[in-house]
Amino acid sequence: MTKKITLRKLKEFIIEKLILLCGLASIFFVMLIFIFLLKEGLALFKTVKVSNFLLGKSWYPISEPPELGILPLILGSLLVTFGAAIISVPIGVACAVYIAEIAPGKVKEVLKAGIELLAAIPSVVLGFIGMVTLVPWVKKVFNLPTGLTALSGSIMLAFMAMPTIVSIAEDALYSVPRSYKEGAFALGATHWQTIWRLLLPAASSGILAAVMLGIGRVIGETMAVMMITGNSAVIPQTFLAPVRTLTATIAAEMGETVVGSEHYFALFAIGIVLFIISFVINVTADLFLHRKPK
Amino acid sequence: MMNVRLKEKIAFFFLFLCTLFIIVPVGMIVVLIIKKGLPALTWQFLTDVPRQGMRAGGIFPAIVGTVYLVTGAVVCALPIGLAAAIYLSEYAKDTLLNRIIKLAIVNLAGVPSVVYGLFGLALFVVWCRFGASILSGSLTLGIMILPIIITASREALEAVPHSFREVSLSLGASKWQTIRHIVLPNAIPGIITGVILGIGRAAGETAPILFTVAAFYLPKLPQSIFDQAMALPYHLYVISTQVPNVDEKIRYGTALVLLSLVLCVNLIAIVIRYRFRKQKKW
Repeated sequence: MTKKITLRKLKEFIIEKLILLCGLASIFFVMLIFIFLLKEGLALFKTVKVSNFLLGKSWYPISEPPELGILPLILGSLLVTFGAAIISVPIGVACAVYIAEIAPGKVKEVLKAGIELLAAIPSVVLGFIGMVTLVPWVKKVFNLPTGLTALSGSIMLAFMAMPTIVSIAEDALYSVPRSYKEGAFALGATHWQTIWRLLLPAASSGILAAVMLGIGRVIGETMAVMMITGNSAVIPQTFLAPVRTLTATIAAEMGETVVGSEHYFALFAIGIVLFIISFVINVTADLFLHRKPK
Repeated sequence: MMNVRLKEKIAFFFLFLCTLFIIVPVGMIVVLIIKKGLPALTWQFLTDVPRQGMRAGGIFPAIVGTVYLVTGAVVCALPIGLAAAIYLSEYAKDTLLNRIIKLAIVNLAGVPSVVYGLFGLALFVVWCRFGASILSGSLTLGIMILPIIITASREALEAVPHSFREVSLSLGASKWQTIRHIVLPNAIPGIITGVILGIGRAAGETAPILFTVAAFYLPKLPQSIFDQAMALPYHLYVISTQVPNVDEKIRYGTALVLLSLVLCVNLIAIVIRYRFRKQKKW
């Protein structure tokens, strides 16, 4: 009898430890990703200075000797992201307010399903649709030699950031205590005044997190951007010219590099930059989301 | 001063307009793909190999490749993800360590997909010497969908009422027996939902498989997990940007197959979630 109990305790103990181990897996994988990016990426800095890499104005990885400055790529990513944010933040937050506050029951369910549908569409499909619809449209409207521009990329990315922004901002609006709203109504405020003066400020940290996570999604997006921004690695001057982003550079060039070459290391170094950007965005957004309400 | 009622009407109309801005294009995209892709969908298109440099024939190897990859990813991610969810919902206390675990999950979910590709290349393809293969691709995709599975499973486990556990424990069951026989069975629908959402994500992603498994043009089926394979999202990318003069019908057809696969999978998840919520008696 006692033997049976100790056996059961032992089994219990082993299972518990195994489960703990799996619980730690996420930490392990995040570290593993960073370590392997560093392992391959840092090799570049034996031959190229960090400042020349980050601030170098030309990216000609296959010329002899190669020039590996990613400033044009960083600026390309920033420009496209900035454009996408300008479009998606106001529209996304407005949509979240509409869904959370105004839409009647049935309509609300339909709208939410629509947003989920958008989130589910693979980025390569959106990229393809962008190529056949948006790109020719931009070309025609602005009378350009090519429609593969930063503007096309921004519009498409704004669209792709919407589900993130809408769903997180919506949650933030729901989490405002009901009593706030009831108090405002009792004082004679209209629904809109309540939303504008009370709900939005009260949910502001959650909405900020939504915006940041949306931007994180945009910076990391790869396929659609690669298919519709034109991929020219020059420092961008306007929204109406082709640009190339950090992500698209990795995706487009990794297939042609030789493992262990300087170009290969440089693409991993770009990966490090992207990893750090997404890490900072996610940690900050998480702080906003878990900020204790005053 | 503007009438407050009028102001409210204008504001609400504007909010409605913004919502239309998002929803209408979504509908248009789906309708466009269905309308232009449907004529391409023949039995032959679905079951034949690509021919004439992908300008004719079908997409069967790409469909099979995607099914293999997704299966592999779920097999890798489900055990770890489920155990991690059990840890977080049943064992973890509110300590710094668990705060860090949650932050790691958030970060894992936020890592750009192309960075997963780099990671898979460095770790599985080069360091483990698996080469560009279904194994490397599945492992990469598995780590990518891990946070989705953990989050959904954890929510499902936490939704099981506390009293269930207390009753079981008070009857003398051990903690693990309680989890195994009481908590898990009640959380199954939620866990399945998480797995299905993971499947949808893994089936649609291109960037992580670019350098870990995807074959540009491979008109035969993979024989083992160490073979390269074609995959639907990568195939769509290739025929829409890398190969000139591909018939528009083939492009839309491929997009339709990929889209319907992903949407069907998501629809199943939604239905399960909905029925589960209705059935729930507690």
